[in-house]
Amino acid sequence: MYHSGLEAPQGVWWKPAHPAERVWVAIAFAWCMVLFAMMPVWHLRGGQNPSGIRHRVEAKAYAARTVEFIEEHKIGDDRGMPIVAPPPGSHVYLMASMWQWMPILQLEKGAEYTLHLSSIDVNHGFSLFPLNINFQVVPGYDYGLRVVPNAAGEFEIICNEFCGVGHHLMVGRVIVVDPAAESEGARQGGSS
Amino acid sequence: MSAVFRTCPSTGLRIDSQADSLIKAHAVVATVALLVGGVAALLVLLTRWQAVHLLDAVWFYRVLTVHGMNMLIFFILFFEMAVLYFASAILLNCRVPAPRVGWAAFGLMVVGTLMVEWMMFTGQADVLFTSYVPLRAEPPFYLGVILFAVGALVVVGHFFAILVVAKREQTYTGSVPLVTFGALTAAIIAVVTLLHGALVYIPTLLWSMGLMEIDPEFYRLIWWGLGHSSQQINVAAMVSIWYLLGAFTVGGVVLNEKISRSAFVLYILFISMASAHHLLVDPAFGPAWKVWNTSYFMYMAVLASMIHGFTVPAGLEIGQRLRGVTQGMFGWLRRAPWGDPGFSSLIFSLVVFGFVGGITGVTFGTEQINIIAHNTLRIPGHFHSTVVSGTAMAFMGVTYYLIPLIFRREVAFWPLARIQPWLFAGGMLVFSTMMTFAGTFGAPRRHWDITFSGAPFQVEFSPAVDLVMGVMAMGGLVAILGGAIYILVTVWSVFFGRRLDPEESGVGKQGLGLPQGLIAPPRPLGPEDNDDALESHVLGQAPGTMVLVGIFLVAFVVYYFVNWNLLSFLWKVG
Repeated sequence: MYHSGLEAPQGVWWKPAHPAERVWVAIAFAWCMVLFAMMPVWHLRGGQNPSGIRHRVEAKAYAARTVEFIEEHKIGDDRGMPIVAPPPGSHVYLMASMWQWMPILQLEKGAEYTLHLSSIDVNHGFSLFPLNINFQVVPGYDYGLRVVPNAAGEFEIICNEFCGVGHHLMVGRVIVVDPAAESEGARQGGSS
Repeated sequence: MSAVFRTCPSTGLRIDSQADSLIKAHAVVATVALLVGGVAALLVLLTRWQAVHLLDAVWFYRVLTVHGMNMLIFFILFFEMAVLYFASAILLNCRVPAPRVGWAAFGLMVVGTLMVEWMMFTGQADVLFTSYVPLRAEPPFYLGVILFAVGALVVVGHFFAILVVAKREQTYTGSVPLVTFGALTAAIIAVVTLLHGALVYIPTLLWSMGLMEIDPEFYRLIWWGLGHSSQQINVAAMVSIWYLLGAFTVGGVVLNEKISRSAFVLYILFISMASAHHLLVDPAFGPAWKVWNTSYFMYMAVLASMIHGFTVPAGLEIGQRLRGVTQGMFGWLRRAPWGDPGFSSLIFSLVVFGFVGGITGVTFGTEQINIIAHNTLRIPGHFHSTVVSGTAMAFMGVTYYLIPLIFRREVAFWPLARIQPWLFAGGMLVFSTMMTFAGTFGAPRRHWDITFSGAPFQVEFSPAVDLVMGVMAMGGLVAILGGAIYILVTVWSVFFGRRLDPEESGVGKQGLGLPQGLIAPPRPLGPEDNDDALESHVLGQAPGTMVLVGIFLVAFVVYYFVNWNLLSFLWKVG
């Protein structure tokens, strides 16, 4: 005999599952195992993982490291914001603060960099436009992500963690150049 | 103090007048919070709708804070406290053992609420709902949250006491009903959640007074132990209400107590792991921790929801088939009382929660896929389809039964009440899917101006985003209209509605003002209503539900793998 969820079941209710339920519970369980397996599988076979190198860092130390990095590889500036072109394979430092991303990065297509993210004040959100790559930027923590840009172009960094009233003004820039196309251009006399 | 009882004419239950009063008080304050949060919703919507862009930046974030706190804390929790009293004292036929404690707890929650509201409206807590340190609010904000949480914890303790008293005084025989069991699940999760709250808000209060340091990642970890785990209170309360509304409206049955109760227990077991969903692209945690926790112990909490998502509609289907609604695969849906706002709310809550909320939630909560979802509009798109279209919709649906059963009033403006769930759920469906879609392009959440005027570099989203967010605004406006009708109907009914006579059950009554489940209650089931009374079908005894969950699974698989595919085109990152 059936009863509703408002009625107190009498006697033992630990009984074998309803036949209609058994099939669905089995299917749902199998799907849950697929969901679980996908994450380790992507760590082994996939190219996009949020693992990174992670450690604590003092805000002052991170700021000093960023300044040092900028001085080492600076190639110019845009309205006062330094443009920095680190060599392929190097460590790259991006510093978030209210309300700017420092510095502007110039990277090469197809090269690997370790992109360090940290904040010197509150939480910020790294969101690479228009690719939609997002990471949390937390003060006191250095997040070193190995990245390989796969296309040349100009990208903006939007802040997508609320960081105060100037939040919407916090836009940075990443420029990706294609070294193959540039050397091609140089051979043709550097004009276009 | 001896309890004063009345006898419910619809159910025959003995009801303590203190239970009545406590439920009324919590429900009324919940509705006031919904009103404040709803006005805030309108202002936020009209600002993010770039064509209107109503508020300035300062007030946008302030009002967004007000919206989050009122909806996700004050409305939801006051309503849940009412649900706890209902599922214990009312359903178990029991007295309220400590009414004075109940009222003191209620008072504490109200004082906490008022402190938080004051701090938000005076601009002393522009920190948004999450208040991530080191973004700082003035100390009374945190103190208000703590007082509110202590009050809620006392109500939960009172609920446990009612269960003990009911058992000792034998006000029922057998085991507690499934609905009460679900509420018990919600209460246990509430204790775990509120302890996380104490663990994070007390140090944060001291930090805001300059008395100690607090690590930003410690805050995020423990805060989300409150912030996400508390969503499991909402889920457990919502699922309980699904079973409750199913029983009230069409006589839905429980297929198997073991399966449904075990599914509730799964929610409790893995609850604290939910925090990880917000920390998947954070620098403080490693991949093994992220994978293990975000999956809730290999997706066992997801399994629980998939079980309820089957047993609730299957219970509706079998309940109706037993009562002679046997036509075809979906006769039980076609002939269902769609004009009963309790029934339509139940179905909309179930469908939107499952299809939109569930699928997006699991997908975005996948460690790597979170890279293309974190802090974009996909996230509020997800939780507006769970906690709003799911939980709030279910709470609204049950209100149409609470008004006659507890407040003893007729539901006012009945024609409006009938269409209210359609407007609210329809609007929220458009709103949340469009919001999710805009987030797919990377449009950020919690952002005053995505045209970035005044920023050093130009960022121009695809025109598709403008279009999608315009449609989102339309959906949002319809949903807000639905919410406004809910508030109008409930407030008017409770204060000015026609009083029901003490003996009046409404059975067989013609006319407007009472839901179908009270006018024409489902036929009580007897011993002859067993499996032999059901037709056997190649898809089992609930073939319609089997087809529906099949469609659900296909949608789930497709959305999940499309997202892996989108992810694979990005830069290599690791």
